[in-house]
Amino acid sequence: MVKVGVLGLQGAVREHVRSIEESGAEAVVIKTKDQLEEVDGLIMPGGESTTMRRLIDKYDFMDSLKEFAQSGKPMFGTCAGLILMAKDLVGYDQPHLGAMDVKVERNSFGRQRESFEAELDIAGVGENYPAVFIRAPHIVAAGENVEILAKHENRIVFAREGQFLGCSFHPELTEDHRITQYFINMVKEAKK
Amino acid sequence: MKTGTDRVKRGMAEMQKGGVIMDVVNAEQAKIAEEAGAVAVMALERVPSDIRAAGGVARMADPRIMEEVMNAVSIPVMAKARIGHIVEARILEAMGVDYIDESEVLTPADEEYHLYKSDFTVPFVCGCRDLGEAARRIGEGASMLRTKGEPGTGNIVEAVRHMRQVNAQVRKVVGMNVDELMTEAKLLGAPFELLLQIKELGRLPVVNFAAGGVATPADAALMMELGADGVFVGSGIFKSENPAKFARAIVEATTHYQDYKLIAELSKELGTPMKGIEISSLAPEARMQDRGW
Repeated sequence: MVKVGVLGLQGAVREHVRSIEESGAEAVVIKTKDQLEEVDGLIMPGGESTTMRRLIDKYDFMDSLKEFAQSGKPMFGTCAGLILMAKDLVGYDQPHLGAMDVKVERNSFGRQRESFEAELDIAGVGENYPAVFIRAPHIVAAGENVEILAKHENRIVFAREGQFLGCSFHPELTEDHRITQYFINMVKEAKK
Repeated sequence: MKTGTDRVKRGMAEMQKGGVIMDVVNAEQAKIAEEAGAVAVMALERVPSDIRAAGGVARMADPRIMEEVMNAVSIPVMAKARIGHIVEARILEAMGVDYIDESEVLTPADEEYHLYKSDFTVPFVCGCRDLGEAARRIGEGASMLRTKGEPGTGNIVEAVRHMRQVNAQVRKVVGMNVDELMTEAKLLGAPFELLLQIKELGRLPVVNFAAGGVATPADAALMMELGADGVFVGSGIFKSENPAKFARAIVEATTHYQDYKLIAELSKELGTPMKGIEISSLAPEARMQDRGW
């Protein structure tokens, strides 16, 4: 059985753990950087990206996370997690991890009252996926090796680049585990 | 495409878990809070301890303050409306505030009915002292709960009481047989369907933060230890001597609430915390937690 870590500094950690377990893998909540060594893949959950970044710095996680990203082990960012993984952020000079070759804009659908649910058809995952967007970011530009998996109103909301997977919305808030399963399959592939 | 669904509203609160929401009265304080790692700010005209000291009727803040704070930070901005004040809540929603606190810190506008929060697109957080109150607020459409505690006192005892009470009652419901739940619903004054849902989930269907009296990093960690999903800090931060340092310390204590060496370290030389009020010295009409029904 593969082990999938969930960065547990802040945000929707419990929901990802439940989704991983229901998809038949072992979940580990990552609170300290040495725990990264024991997992085969890592999910960066939704939450507040500024808060998570501060805690990543405070607990000296940044170098270990970058190493993890370079190691070839799969990494999946949802919402704030996508912001943390992106190489480029609209309105900011510096990225966070700078791992995935996408340019991301924060809160790009508006404030909370504009937050929404929509059904998406996702390449490689399936149709009618219930996607929950909460003060969501979106991918404004993607590098040449990035495969676009889903769009909503012509904006890229789900993409993959090699071992990196990122989405604007929150698969962990639904009972539909197809996306988690997709990521776990990536982890299994990488471990072979 | 649907806005304002339960999943969207409750999900917003899920994203705040493990974090600290700080009361601020201007853009400068909001930036200090964001810099310190707050997951959201509560924009107010006065913090609860000043509301307490000022007396009189406490209302929704001047919209200019909310606007100033929303322009200053990229984290979510919350604001308070009076209990039952439909129009204050609609104004906050129209302004684009991310979450409304229907709050007993302000003077209630209705002494019988709370807002029907399901009617709104914007999500609401409400205070609770026990499971009956919690379930009634969820029934009206609240997407997030917090303990009432006793705001503006710097005294954690009431928040502890409310968190323990709610969690003990949740455990009781989870352990009961389904055929016992209707009588329990009657006794608690709680909607039956919600108790059924709590029994199935094994927990409340929305997050429950601690609020009302958190004055130190150790207080914040205590509330997490007791099962809070996160912490609201009101008067504690910007009434302290070094707000930036204090705010950072509260955030870290909340994340690593069981790392006692760390909490010892970050509790050093924080300066004098707010003086605090012994609850028994409050006159009955000064108890904010008794507002709401």
